[in-house]
Amino acid sequence: MAVFVAFFLFLGYGFDRFYVGDGDFVFPFGTFAALGVGGVSAFSSYYSGDRAVLLSTGAIPIERALGALAAAANSPDASALLVPEDDALKLRQLDNVVEEMSIAAGLPKPKVYIIPDSDPNAFATGRDAEHASIAVTRGLLDTVTREELQGVVAHELSHVRNLDIRLMTVTAAMVGAIALISDWTSRGLWQGSSGGGSRRGRSKDKNGAAIVLLVIWIVAILLAPLVGQMLAMLVSRRREYLADASGAELTRNPLALARALEKIDQAHAPTHSIKRGTAHLCIADPLGKVIGLRQGGVADLLASHPPMANRITALRQMGFLELGHE
Amino acid sequence: MWILLGVIAVLVFWGVALYNRLIGLRNQVLNGWRQIDVQLKRRHDLIPNLVNTVRGAMEFERDTLTQVMEARARAVSAAGPADAARKEGELSQALGRLFAVAENYPALRANDNVKMLQEELTSTENKVGFARQFYNDISTNFNTAQQTFPSNVFASMLGFKPAELFEITDATERQVPSVDLSMRK
Repeated sequence: MAVFVAFFLFLGYGFDRFYVGDGDFVFPFGTFAALGVGGVSAFSSYYSGDRAVLLSTGAIPIERALGALAAAANSPDASALLVPEDDALKLRQLDNVVEEMSIAAGLPKPKVYIIPDSDPNAFATGRDAEHASIAVTRGLLDTVTREELQGVVAHELSHVRNLDIRLMTVTAAMVGAIALISDWTSRGLWQGSSGGGSRRGRSKDKNGAAIVLLVIWIVAILLAPLVGQMLAMLVSRRREYLADASGAELTRNPLALARALEKIDQAHAPTHSIKRGTAHLCIADPLGKVIGLRQGGVADLLASHPPMANRITALRQMGFLELGHE
Repeated sequence: MWILLGVIAVLVFWGVALYNRLIGLRNQVLNGWRQIDVQLKRRHDLIPNLVNTVRGAMEFERDTLTQVMEARARAVSAAGPADAARKEGELSQALGRLFAVAENYPALRANDNVKMLQEELTSTENKVGFARQFYNDISTNFNTAQQTFPSNVFASMLGFKPAELFEITDATERQVPSVDLSMRK
């Protein structure tokens, strides 16, 4: 995260020095402007984003799902909604598991949602513990046992507890700001060659270190969108490991979460309900195994989740089933 | 002169921050202790429902059912935390025997009401356990905050005492409960 901030500040510094300020360092209008625009879009999603995300996935509040089941059970026309017998039990178990985990974490109970998708996945959203929501797909309920569900819910609640949503919002703001600075610069570099020539001429009179800095900065600008995205995904992957560990701390049962991840990995087809924008909030990458199958550096760098095998190994080490690297 | 004032100001701010942090942790510890009571009371209220639901089907297990109800009555009327801890432990053991015996009745296993009630009781047992776990976790945080250097120099002066962790006082609770699944009765 510190690397990310440093990278952003370096870009902003260069932008303001070379571009806005004619070679001298002036008040960093450019950096603040970019951060402002990026920040506005990101933080507006911070406040209303959880509703948008839940709507986009078609999530149903658990109370409504339970009510629909009760109504279907009581009505004589049972063919309208062919619900399995233990469906009400599973929904009740989910509700209880979420409450158990919030007791273990000392947090208020988040709102619970069901996503009618047969692929097992889960995500958490909400800007802080008082406004959090946890959504689980029907496929997850059908695949894992109660113990494993506890592990998955603990992982999601840990995202809430560690304020990962807030962190990823700030990260998204900076990625946006980096993209903006890069965009403004690249327009200027192409358009302003005549004006830039005189600018560069003037700064040539100053010391050579400024030239070197300019060159480094231009290279950074060209790579900026890609590097920004990579750094953001690096942050996301580290927070996934942290959520795994915090979840194991809540349940004191890392092996159950490891088994759940194994099951999710085996069953995993792309979760169509969860769109790209919310991918980083889920427990398993909902964009499907496309990136996972492509081995190699680039694919790993752009993935929002660590490889499942690494996560499972880390959890088994916590459960003393494998040797650590201590 | 100014440097001395600056140093004193920093120390005062640090002291205030430490005091506020310890106050916050102590209140969380007290809350955590009361949360255990909340879950225990919930268990007391659920048990008569369960017993009434299974009573018809488990008529041969009258002894087990009676033991559960008597253990609940004793736990409700317990006096003092140590006594309550012991009685709650006995109630947990009685419930465990009831769950194990219920496995012998296939009709009960298929009954949705019974499954729901078993789920509620399992969840309540879990919640009691997690409430105790949270209490121990937050008490450990509190004790660590008090005992690390340099806070330990000032903590007792400011009136903070280490919190007691929840522990089993009765050695019999540490034994694995014996479960008799034979059909003798």
